[in-house]
Amino acid sequence: MEDKDVKKEEHKAPKHGGDNSSDPRIIAFVCNWCTYSGADLAGTSRMKYSDNVRVIKLPCTGRIDPLFIVEAFKKGAKGVLVSGCHPGDCHYTSGNYHSRRKYATFRDLLGYLGVDLDRVEFSWVSASEGNKWVSIINEFTDKIKSLPGKSTDIFTKK
Amino acid sequence: MSRIGVFVCWCGSNIAGTVDVEKVREEAAKIPGVVSALDYKYMCSDPGQNSLRNIIKEKNLTGIVLAACSPHMHENTFRKAAAKEGLNPYFVEIANIREQVSWVHEDKERATAKAVDLMKMMVEKVKRDRPIEDVRVPLNKKALVIGGGIAGIQAALDIANGGVEVILVEKEPSIGGRMIQLDETFPTLDCSSCIMTPKMVEANQHPNIKLYTYSEVEDISGYIGNFKVKIKKKARSVVEKDCTGCGECWNACPMHKNVKSEFNVNLSERTAIYVPFPQAVPLVPVLDRSVCLHFKKGGKCQKCYDACGPKCINFDLQDEIIEETVGAIVASTGYDLMDTSMYGEYGYGKYKDVISGLQFERLLSASGPTEGVIKRPSDGKTPQTIVFVQCVGSRDPEKGVPYCSKVCCMYTAKHAKLFAHKVHGSQSYVFYIDIRSTSKGYEEFVRGTMEQDGAIYLRGRVSKIYEDEGKLIVKGADTLSGNQVEIAADMVVLATGVIPKKGSDKLAQMLGISYDKYGFFTESHPKLRPAESSTAGIFLAGMAQGPRDIPESVVSGSAAASKILGLFSKNEYEVEGTIANVNEATCVACFYCQRVCAYNAISKKEIKDRSGKLIKVVANVNPGLCTGCGACVNACFSKSIDVKGFMDDQIYAEIKALAV
Repeated sequence: MEDKDVKKEEHKAPKHGGDNSSDPRIIAFVCNWCTYSGADLAGTSRMKYSDNVRVIKLPCTGRIDPLFIVEAFKKGAKGVLVSGCHPGDCHYTSGNYHSRRKYATFRDLLGYLGVDLDRVEFSWVSASEGNKWVSIINEFTDKIKSLPGKSTDIFTKK
Repeated sequence: MSRIGVFVCWCGSNIAGTVDVEKVREEAAKIPGVVSALDYKYMCSDPGQNSLRNIIKEKNLTGIVLAACSPHMHENTFRKAAAKEGLNPYFVEIANIREQVSWVHEDKERATAKAVDLMKMMVEKVKRDRPIEDVRVPLNKKALVIGGGIAGIQAALDIANGGVEVILVEKEPSIGGRMIQLDETFPTLDCSSCIMTPKMVEANQHPNIKLYTYSEVEDISGYIGNFKVKIKKKARSVVEKDCTGCGECWNACPMHKNVKSEFNVNLSERTAIYVPFPQAVPLVPVLDRSVCLHFKKGGKCQKCYDACGPKCINFDLQDEIIEETVGAIVASTGYDLMDTSMYGEYGYGKYKDVISGLQFERLLSASGPTEGVIKRPSDGKTPQTIVFVQCVGSRDPEKGVPYCSKVCCMYTAKHAKLFAHKVHGSQSYVFYIDIRSTSKGYEEFVRGTMEQDGAIYLRGRVSKIYEDEGKLIVKGADTLSGNQVEIAADMVVLATGVIPKKGSDKLAQMLGISYDKYGFFTESHPKLRPAESSTAGIFLAGMAQGPRDIPESVVSGSAAASKILGLFSKNEYEVEGTIANVNEATCVACFYCQRVCAYNAISKKEIKDRSGKLIKVVANVNPGLCTGCGACVNACFSKSIDVKGFMDDQIYAEIKALAV
């Protein structure tokens, strides 16, 4: 029964972003001003990075509802990245501080729920750090690939 | 029912080289709600935009998605094109398949798959877009300039000459700021008072400028176009309109010793009732109540009152609070000098003849304590040898500040030059780290000081200064020759680092503008918006932003003024409509949103029924203040607040579109 399900899922899964550890779907929630611009800079500088990531742009990391992260996992993401302006550089003065505080508490809750905390990452990427964006995406993707890949495996085995 | 058009741009081969644009178009056409899908070589070109506009019209589109370059590039272009066809410009969404797909990935199949995903996300988002109207805020066409130094005066004059009323607030008894303290200015050696005083007088007499000296901004609320300002006019004890500036009062004042003159940087004394300097604007004295015998000894002394002809001295005057409404503000609060007493090895504060650069300016100045004759503070003798030490406090991350004060190289060269001009046969030595002389005529000026005026420049630091038989022995290193040097000097002048004006951080908090870790106000963008603060309607000028010289301060004052005149050339200020919106029906008035709002944009609103009975209190967003950051959305427990353009359902739809 279990095997059949897995087969069915494999059949359903598109070639990219599929349900296996070799091609995990990664969703990045980024702020418009720093990280989104940093990612654009990586583009204009023609840097190359892993194509597993899908970016969702928001005005500010302060806008990122923790439930977005839960939703992303529910919809099959194997890793979720949150990235915004460096502390002190928030376009909106303090949105990234709210986000950081919220994230600190929320991370604990995710852990309590049993989510493998290796799958959520928080980072600061400024508009001038195209190279940092590239290395964060590459490293995070490699890390996610090294983790077990089945859909239920966002949870740690206890 | 949505009628979405998807436009896939090739961007020549920039996108089409790595992304199968036809595949993206085909996938788009399969999505329910998409009625038109098209790919084109250059969507941003005129023909591209025209085809977009034609299809909006033909297919009566309710939303469009462009799979193209970054929204930071052409979002506005396409929004404008859509608006021309009567479509709400916020019904345009961009899937960034160039900067974040074709330029960063190499595998065409996988890049195409990603492009399709991003396009799908945006289709789902645009389906849930609501029309957004840009907000128009009415403007009170009056400006406030805080700080009456050269930058503030320039800003005030430019705004006033543009036909707009200006309120100029200065903390000190006179306008003029630091510049009026200077003697001659580099690199032209024109006298500071000669070029500054006419500007000060012009500012005072300008019909569009209302001048408040000896006054401070006490409170500011509101937002662009509508700032409510409270100005505290400190009690001067002199009725300004009656005073003739004759000087009988300060000549009669018995307190002519023991009170140091702030203007002369403690090199002379002043009376309790005083004008800081003879060319003060306005030429109306201030009675310093903290030292006046009348106030200290219970009203016995009133010699100034007796001496005053027009009887304009009034001991009973009180601080006054003046309220004004302005549409824009310039913050030009200037700078202070660092306290350098922590450099024990230099002996500032310990040896009388170790002075700061600003003190040396006062010694050079014809209106200064020595009437322009350079004299040692200790014994009044004219020095023959002066050692100048550059970078005292600046460029010193350990004890001082890491940044460069920018003006010290030049004013030290000027000091050495003027010293050579005034005391023939004298010798000056300059200890420097680097010489920074990058503006027009600056390098030549420094060269002249070295070559014509014979100043000896030593590259290195001073390790110790001590007094020995009336001389100051300066020990230092000359790193170019590798020798230790010892100079017996008559006087030492320290080029002291600059820091933001005391209290400017408090002002920044009051204004709601950001400042860096040193306290300098930060620009909205360091390169592209150097005259604007992070808060709409508040502009910056002068040294309050960071070290700069006089021409740069003048430029920044004019820049702030032209920004304000530009702003005031319209009757209303347009704000992007992507701001927070409260659902009053579900709001429970917890006001967590108010706590997280960095812009004080949320206030309490009372909802009353027809008879005037209070039904409930809800959060209310001030569109002039809200920037649409969305921090309030996440703080809201009852999900009653949302940011237009980034609504919860849109984000969830985007995530859903990415489901695997």
